[in-house]
Amino acid sequence: MLDVASRKPNLVARLLRSLRLPLNDPFALFGLAIYVVFVLTAICANYLAPYDPTEILYTPSYDLAADLRPGQEGFVLGTTSLGRDIFSQIVYGTRSALLIGITAAFMVALIGSIVGLISGYFGGWVDALLMRLADIAFGIPFLPFVIVLAAFLKPSVWNVVIAMALVLWRDTARVIRSQVLTLRTRGYVDAARVAGSSDLKIILRHITPNILPLSFLYGSIAIGWAILTEASISFLGFGDPESISWGYMLQDAFASQALAKQAYYWFVPPGICIILVVSAGFFITRGYENILFPKLGR
Amino acid sequence: MDSNETLVSVRNAQLHYGVGGALQALRGRSSVVKAVDGVSFELKRGESVGLLGESGCGKTSMGRLLLKLEEATGGEIFFAGQPIVGLRGAALRQYRAKAQLIFQNPFDAVNPRFTIRATLSEPLENAKIPVREREGRIIDALELVRLPQPQQFLNRYPHQLSGGQLQRVVMARALILQPEFVVADEPVSMLDVSVRAGVLNVFRDVRDRLGLTAIYISHDLALVRYVCERTIVMYLGRIMEDGPTEDIVHEPLHPYTRALVAAVPVPHPDQSHDPLPIGRGAPDPRNPPSGCVFRDRCPYAFDRCASEVPQLRQAGTRRVACHLF
Amino acid sequence: MSETLLSVRDLKVNYRVGGGGIDAVDGATFDVPRGSIVGLVGESGCGKTTVARALTRVMADNARITGGQMLLEGTDIAAIPERQMNALRWRDIAFIPQSAMNSLDPVYTVEYQLSEVLRRRGGMGARQARTRSEELFDMVGIEKSRLRDYPHQFSGGMRQRVAIALALALNPKLVIADEPVTALDVIVQRQILDQLRELQTMLGISVILVTHDISVVAYICDMTVVMYAGRIVEAGPMKAVLTRPSHPYTMGLRNAFPDLAGAASGTLTPIEGAPPNLLEPPPGCRFAPRCPFALDICTKVSPPLRELEPGHRVACHRADEAAVLRELAAKTETWLAHA
Repeated sequence: MLDVASRKPNLVARLLRSLRLPLNDPFALFGLAIYVVFVLTAICANYLAPYDPTEILYTPSYDLAADLRPGQEGFVLGTTSLGRDIFSQIVYGTRSALLIGITAAFMVALIGSIVGLISGYFGGWVDALLMRLADIAFGIPFLPFVIVLAAFLKPSVWNVVIAMALVLWRDTARVIRSQVLTLRTRGYVDAARVAGSSDLKIILRHITPNILPLSFLYGSIAIGWAILTEASISFLGFGDPESISWGYMLQDAFASQALAKQAYYWFVPPGICIILVVSAGFFITRGYENILFPKLGR
Repeated sequence: MDSNETLVSVRNAQLHYGVGGALQALRGRSSVVKAVDGVSFELKRGESVGLLGESGCGKTSMGRLLLKLEEATGGEIFFAGQPIVGLRGAALRQYRAKAQLIFQNPFDAVNPRFTIRATLSEPLENAKIPVREREGRIIDALELVRLPQPQQFLNRYPHQLSGGQLQRVVMARALILQPEFVVADEPVSMLDVSVRAGVLNVFRDVRDRLGLTAIYISHDLALVRYVCERTIVMYLGRIMEDGPTEDIVHEPLHPYTRALVAAVPVPHPDQSHDPLPIGRGAPDPRNPPSGCVFRDRCPYAFDRCASEVPQLRQAGTRRVACHLF
Repeated sequence: MSETLLSVRDLKVNYRVGGGGIDAVDGATFDVPRGSIVGLVGESGCGKTTVARALTRVMADNARITGGQMLLEGTDIAAIPERQMNALRWRDIAFIPQSAMNSLDPVYTVEYQLSEVLRRRGGMGARQARTRSEELFDMVGIEKSRLRDYPHQFSGGMRQRVAIALALALNPKLVIADEPVTALDVIVQRQILDQLRELQTMLGISVILVTHDISVVAYICDMTVVMYAGRIVEAGPMKAVLTRPSHPYTMGLRNAFPDLAGAASGTLTPIEGAPPNLLEPPPGCRFAPRCPFALDICTKVSPPLRELEPGHRVACHRADEAAVLRELAAKTETWLAHA
């Protein structure tokens, strides 16, 4: 669909520019930095983590390396009651968190945007139908839904993603639809119709570029939700025991009475990681808001 | 070119919107807005007709009906003998190549993220003009609207052009596929005064050169007069008067036209300050008066005006919808 | 009481933009006599709205009055502290903003908005305010019963009348109307202008009417001030300025307006080019680049505002040749040749 008659700068640069990354806001910059750190950690997990997170470890003297404090026997953050390295769990937990977060966010943004585009552009019965679907989605309480889903399907990290894809596109869809309704009244949309452009072409070339920043805004909100939800689910015991996530670590710590044992090194690090990543998501969101809606007047 | 050929024929066109709902109906307000309510006229090839009226009269809606930006809810519209109501697909695309629109606000009418070249390429892409021909046609179109040294504009963005320049680009886009019929919707009202003249002159020039049939929508009678030899005066979705512009300016027949002509200020000190022969109040498209829609403001209204809708009748060189004639 | 209500002397207003600033108004000097309507006319960007807003000292955040005086009955309102200025607003000077129709608060009735002005600023009691509100509506030609309506229930023209009523609430001496009829249809426009003139005569107030339409000026104004690129190029009695324009810009402007009363076949002549970029204004006369009569001196030295005939001032080096230039300006070829 690229315009052959024009010479535009390369696609990647244009795409990046259209994202309008919020580089001015210090909070957003901080958020982006955190993401970068975590993404790198996730990619290089194999190199950063000294052990496999599920591996039960033994001390040189053949005792179970359980409940070791940070520093003992060379375990940076100590070990769990079952003898697993906490640091390695944190590092590998990053993968799980980011994978879920980004996939879920992508699904939410994608489905929400498509629904919003179609609904807003075509109006009529299509709009009515899609918005009633959104209403139904609004009526579904999210966490219980995930639990129910986990009960039906086998416990897996993907439950969260599926649940979000089924339900959480609703906010994005509503907002994108509003934006599309406004954009539709622009003269250049009429002009495109009069010039003979098909609806698909108008949606792709005239409308979508203007709603992309909003999509990314809602996507970045969704990352935080996904990670929090996954942590909640794991904590409640509906998560996948095979994969180590931060939520799982919290649940594990709770079940092993880590607080009583004053094993802060066990549950504080995953808690902090969750806080950091989710906050980072919200900071980036804030940065986007300042760009998209400057009149909010911070 | 057969100058007697009728190019556009409108018969009893209607555009009704349903608004409000049960609540409005309870308050006794009609839930239908009759933007265009039974408009009939014909355009010969090469004619320039002004569609004159104030806001809410339906002139813009009529323009949109002609270009199929809205679908008529009643009546028929013909272009070169073919009905255009209900046109779809390939036939619709063919029609679009022949009928074009020039917009009111140039900055709203072009996508601010597109270069001028991209804006002008869009119609060419849709008409499947081969790529190697496109640049040439773009330059030709820009020269047609008298933009000096067109090459310099191709890579620029809309915000880098002045209002007058951008409006010429909008015109160029409308003309690039060499249409037969052009609707210009208040094309200069958003431009500075000293710039309007230039754009209007280009419009007149191009129209003459390409032999275009044109409809010029405006609320400004002086501008309509500059461009069109014939004027249709609209009020609340209906035609009040339709005839040669000069006759309408010098000898308006319909009471509404008389008020309209009297109301136009002129740029020199000696002008009449007499009160206008028209009642106060504004037209409400949701609750038009029965019979003649103008009767509640008309100084000459009598009982027949309330009970019977005046038909458009021939009175000399023009048609008037008034019981006085 | 002196003849002159307001005397603006060498007013300069600067907008801070990016790294530098724009002198949106660069030395404006004009008088507003008591009981007259002065038209401030020019195209977009000429500074007329800036002057209007500077007079009420309600300006954009980045705008500053950087020089000159605005003498309202002797008091320099450019220099007085904000508190004193606030006391003058609504009472001595009233402002009707550009889309006055949209400046009415949609969630309050019109009566409420009127009484807000009358009671808070005017110190009136409830009953007094009510009486005055009815009086005002009478003056602007709206039925009293509509006091209790909300703004959206009025048509555009009616809302404009409400805005005028608001402005006149406390009997100001000076009303500044910023493009009050631009967005209105021609019949309503005429009715509003008629109403404005009637009120002006009846109350003896002075009005500054900011507009880009010289037909409006011709219809209603006693004096005319023509602005271009932040400067005043011509000022004087409306009749003199419109029948004997002495600045090339005014001459060109007149050519650009189609005259309904004139012949049909006239050509409209545009003024080619565009107003200068005020970030880097050209030296000398700012109209020189577009002027068909420009001489060398015009691009070097700014022409001062000189009095041609009593009350009629022009800022042009060739003002003495005005009669000849006028004849040339009436011909389309003059302008086309320059383009």
